[in-house]
Amino acid sequence: MSVNPMLDVIVTDVVEVNSLIKRFHFKLPDGSPLPAFSGGAHVVIEMQDGEQIRRTPYSLMSSPLDTSDYQISIRRDDEGRGGSLYMHREVSKGMKMRLSPPTNLFALDNRSGKQLMIAGGIGITPFLAQTAQMIARGGAFELHYGVRSRELGSYIDELGARIGHRLHCYIGDEGQKIDFDGLLSSQPAGTHVYVCGPEPMINHVLERAKANGWPDSHVHYEHFAKAPAGQPFTFELKASGKTIEVGENQSMLEAMEAAGIDAPYLCRGGACGHCESDVIEVDGEVQHEDHWLDDDEKASGKKIMPCVSRFCGKRLVIDR
Amino acid sequence: MSSEIPPSIKSRPVYGTLSPVEANAHLIIADDAGGSVILELAKQVPDGFWDKAEIHYTNTNPGGEQDHTEALEALGCPRLFIAPTIHSALPRLRRSLERSKMGTQLYLTGSEQLLSLAMKTGMEAGLDYAGMQTQHRGSLARRMQCVHCKGFTEDVTTNPANCSHCELLLLVRDHYSRRFAAFQGVNINAEDPTDIPEKVEEFL
Repeated sequence: MSVNPMLDVIVTDVVEVNSLIKRFHFKLPDGSPLPAFSGGAHVVIEMQDGEQIRRTPYSLMSSPLDTSDYQISIRRDDEGRGGSLYMHREVSKGMKMRLSPPTNLFALDNRSGKQLMIAGGIGITPFLAQTAQMIARGGAFELHYGVRSRELGSYIDELGARIGHRLHCYIGDEGQKIDFDGLLSSQPAGTHVYVCGPEPMINHVLERAKANGWPDSHVHYEHFAKAPAGQPFTFELKASGKTIEVGENQSMLEAMEAAGIDAPYLCRGGACGHCESDVIEVDGEVQHEDHWLDDDEKASGKKIMPCVSRFCGKRLVIDR
Repeated sequence: MSSEIPPSIKSRPVYGTLSPVEANAHLIIADDAGGSVILELAKQVPDGFWDKAEIHYTNTNPGGEQDHTEALEALGCPRLFIAPTIHSALPRLRRSLERSKMGTQLYLTGSEQLLSLAMKTGMEAGLDYAGMQTQHRGSLARRMQCVHCKGFTEDVTTNPANCSHCELLLLVRDHYSRRFAAFQGVNINAEDPTDIPEKVEEFL
């Protein structure tokens, strides 16, 4: 159960950006404008992958000023649970798909004097939308974009044309690295920092921001935890009175949905807090994979985020 | 000496206790009795703290009981600025904030009006209020905004109090606006202007 009804859309284009990344375009069937969004917003894509329905969040990369279509870019993850592989292999132009309306968990703080954006790899996508918004609205910002190789630096040219000197690129295999301490210690008071990319990069920026005296309220990050694959397990639902089996490549939330339970969700990436559930009984170990619960809550064993977290043990009962 | 502000509605600001943190720079803003808070802070600071610090001290009553100028000068902070009123201190504070970098810790201490106006000035420079340290000491006199004519009245010590612009008699609420750095004042005798409640010195 998402908060808003899903949108029925048509895939209007699939573009191979480079050897790992494809871009997907979606429109409403009658061509009318899609719901408005702000830079940093994501949609959840519903994929009918054989028997299984996958729902995976992706950041919108198209300009918030143009809602005639939505665009997302997906990096193929051969090790993942299969969402990106499905999109890369099965989705083609003309297909009908379902998307959630956009939700923004990574919005720009418009009180900010300056926006400092830091992207790693495919983490560039929300910044494509945000830079379009900043150019239209005006205001100080700069984007620091780290990529493994020039070939994988999708959108460097497009961004360069759009934002010029505000773009700073770092090509890993040419020995270029972002000087995080240099960046974070030289920003004017009032700057907000935004980071999206691989988890180690996000963690590093959070740590260096703290060490350089940045208050938490000026530090923003987007990291959708990927529901990890893991050992199959079983858990029980108190309210529904059902026992649910979770497969190796399935999340608890997906397993509940497959059993016909209308469980709440929004981001499906352990970030928004919408699916937070009470643990009623636990004999074993909850494997917390989310960014929502704090360390105390995780240690208490009383809460679980079924969209990403797993369980290993004898018995788990949650209040759903 | 330390202040006791009774618990109230959520909107009423609450203040903490200053303590030194690791930061690239320290910006300390105080008035009158707040000077003594800086002197207490000075007992806890690590070596090298003052080299990275700047003090903006408003001394409204030179030679008075709460004039801590001499003791502050003795701290050895290379940048100590003294002003005679809060409003005359603010332009320099704005300039300092414009020059300062992220990682600058703000420490605000002193009267309610100093805390209000310094926080507003920090917020106007784009800083989040949650990142500023505050400690109250000294006057509880309030900056008040009349909700009717929108005018601001400073140094309000009584409740009710007259608006200095439209002269309506206003109930000074704990309802506070960070953006205006002011408590809200609402007409107390709208139905019967001849009913004039006694003014009580509530904010000293």
